[in-house]
Amino acid sequence: MGHRDMPAAPATGLRQLVRVDALHKSYGAHHVLKGIDLEVMPGQKVSLIGPSGSGKTTLLRCINYLETPSAGHVFIDGHAIGERRHGDGWTSMSSSELAAMRANIGMVFQRFNLFPHLSVLDNVLLGPRKVQKRTGRELIDEARALLDKVGMDAKRDAFPEQLSGGQQQRVAIARALAMKPRLMLFDEATSSLDPELVGEVLGVMRKLAEEGMTMIIVTHEMRFAESVSDKVVFMADGKIVEEGEPRRIFHDAQAERTRAFLRAVLDH
Amino acid sequence: MALLNAWAHSLHFLPYFLRVLCVSAITTVVLTACAFWMAFVLGFVLALMRLSRHAAFRAIASVYLELFRNVPLLTQLFLLYFGLERIGLTLPAFVAATLGFGLNGAAMLSEVFRSSIVGIDRGQGEAALALGMTWPMALATVVLPQSMRIALPALANFGIGLLKDTSLASAVAVPELMFRAKMLVSETYQTNLIYLIVAAIYLLLSLVLSRVSAATEHGLGKRRAALS
Amino acid sequence: MSYAELWASMHDDLLQAAWATLRLALGAIAVGVALGLLLAIVRIGSRGFAGRVARIYIEVFRGTPALVQLFLVYFGFVTIGIRFDSYQAAVLGLGMNAAAYFAEIFRAGIQAVPRGQSEAAFSIGMTGSAAMRWVVLPQAIRLVLAPSGNVAIALLKDTSVASLIAAPDLMLRAQDLSSQYFMPFEIYVTVGAFYFVLCYPLSRLMRHIERRHPARG
Repeated sequence: MGHRDMPAAPATGLRQLVRVDALHKSYGAHHVLKGIDLEVMPGQKVSLIGPSGSGKTTLLRCINYLETPSAGHVFIDGHAIGERRHGDGWTSMSSSELAAMRANIGMVFQRFNLFPHLSVLDNVLLGPRKVQKRTGRELIDEARALLDKVGMDAKRDAFPEQLSGGQQQRVAIARALAMKPRLMLFDEATSSLDPELVGEVLGVMRKLAEEGMTMIIVTHEMRFAESVSDKVVFMADGKIVEEGEPRRIFHDAQAERTRAFLRAVLDH
Repeated sequence: MALLNAWAHSLHFLPYFLRVLCVSAITTVVLTACAFWMAFVLGFVLALMRLSRHAAFRAIASVYLELFRNVPLLTQLFLLYFGLERIGLTLPAFVAATLGFGLNGAAMLSEVFRSSIVGIDRGQGEAALALGMTWPMALATVVLPQSMRIALPALANFGIGLLKDTSLASAVAVPELMFRAKMLVSETYQTNLIYLIVAAIYLLLSLVLSRVSAATEHGLGKRRAALS
Repeated sequence: MSYAELWASMHDDLLQAAWATLRLALGAIAVGVALGLLLAIVRIGSRGFAGRVARIYIEVFRGTPALVQLFLVYFGFVTIGIRFDSYQAAVLGLGMNAAAYFAEIFRAGIQAVPRGQSEAAFSIGMTGSAAMRWVVLPQAIRLVLAPSGNVAIALLKDTSVASLIAAPDLMLRAQDLSSQYFMPFEIYVTVGAFYFVLCYPLSRLMRHIERRHPARG
């Protein structure tokens, strides 16, 4: 569990956007993450796959510090999130600094978590208005452009309860994008959707990927993961079992655990 | 300093105060109990009236409910104690107070009973009817026992509220806790000490009441678990 | 004296007193809501000393009669040098009492807003207080509207208790008039009617609101 002072820069001189360093997370006696090391480069799309309980969601939530690690660190673009260097050790970051870092990371939740008391447009505008303190006409134009990108501009005055799951999730993606994040985290974004609505959300995610967004995607949609990702990470029992290019993981996995999982999952 | 001397002087009275106040607390508890049962029985009748098929019963119960819910308890007490006297009907203080709390409480409890009865799934009553029971029998054997269990927390809350409300009986000269306290204050001027003791006694009584009701709920739950 | 004559003599006084009752109730509600919100937020946010103090406050004020609290505020503070007039004591005493009930209602309302809402707010970069202000509290308000309204109506009726520390209100006026005209039955029925006219519309409004914004859990 060592801590390195400076993030290691690879030979190309390009810095990792996300670096997870020896991450552990326990809930009481339950040890969920058992030492995770992960790197994500700018523009990379990384899929996290694995059985339930493997810790994929916990890992994702540690990356934007919605969960506090028990040990280890997460660096976003070279800066530790949630903590600060203090002499030889670390102290907690102030809540405003943490909020500022989170503003650069977008998250899409399994249960959408749209704000029910606001219209679709206001959901998207809330972040820029209250967090970035922006005003003006161009704010609304930008928001509508984002909604249009996800296909929801026509419903901008509707309220979340009037929308289907797929529509809500697309609005949630627009809401996250409104903050102009450098990184997007997707926490099983399609798991709560009726099957026929999954496609519209995956379509938006694919478009985002093609535009060069850095994405970390926790998903059960294996075909999507294979076609969109640059790197696939297979997790089980709180550890990374195997990682690599999609073609290799899905068709030529080295570890037996990986192969067993893929057999079970892809066999319907 | 003067304040410390005053406190030392106050403590001298402590045993006397505790004796007098604890005895009058018994009156408080008795008054609460009498009013509770009156409110329980009358409230139950009112609830049944509100659920009745006859519009006349429903109307009477509704009017009763609105009248007693929108007028302060103190006004009702004064009406019964001072008001009735002037038109020839003199009620002893304790009776007037019990009547006042009971009639008022009946309005509160009728709502509790009504919603707990309505809260029982329709299917329960229908199943009983399908077995060949009449509606009153279905009510008595199937619906009511279940609704009582639902109503228990609300009944306990009502009881605690009633306990506190009995302090108002001091205004119509019922020799309960608050009344005795006021008398002691006018005798000894130990205002803070006396009212703090009074507050502590009420707090203790309401804590006891909520423990008892929690234990009863738990006990009922255990019996159900044993039956299933 | 006939009722008509009685009414003619006293209706001005009663109207004034009704207005005093309303002012008293509004003052106490203001104190209660402000203090109650503070207590609720402290109880939710603090695990330490402050949270315990808030919890004890709520238990004590809910477990003792309002009358005792009023007496302690009105008579008791005198011995440590603070003298309230009966109106101030009533607003303070009834307000502090109501605060305990509001605090529990507000706490339940805030905690009923799903966790995912504040997480979504954090994920777009809001701090805890921004999330509370723009996302959690607006949703909590709908949940607390009905129960709070009921507390407010109960408070309106409880102002009658303030008459026992001689605060200017309807009941005090009624007692004065009774000793003046010796017709307590008619007077208290009339005063009862005044309270009814004040409270009944509010009760109906509350029931209407409850139907449109049901308080969950």
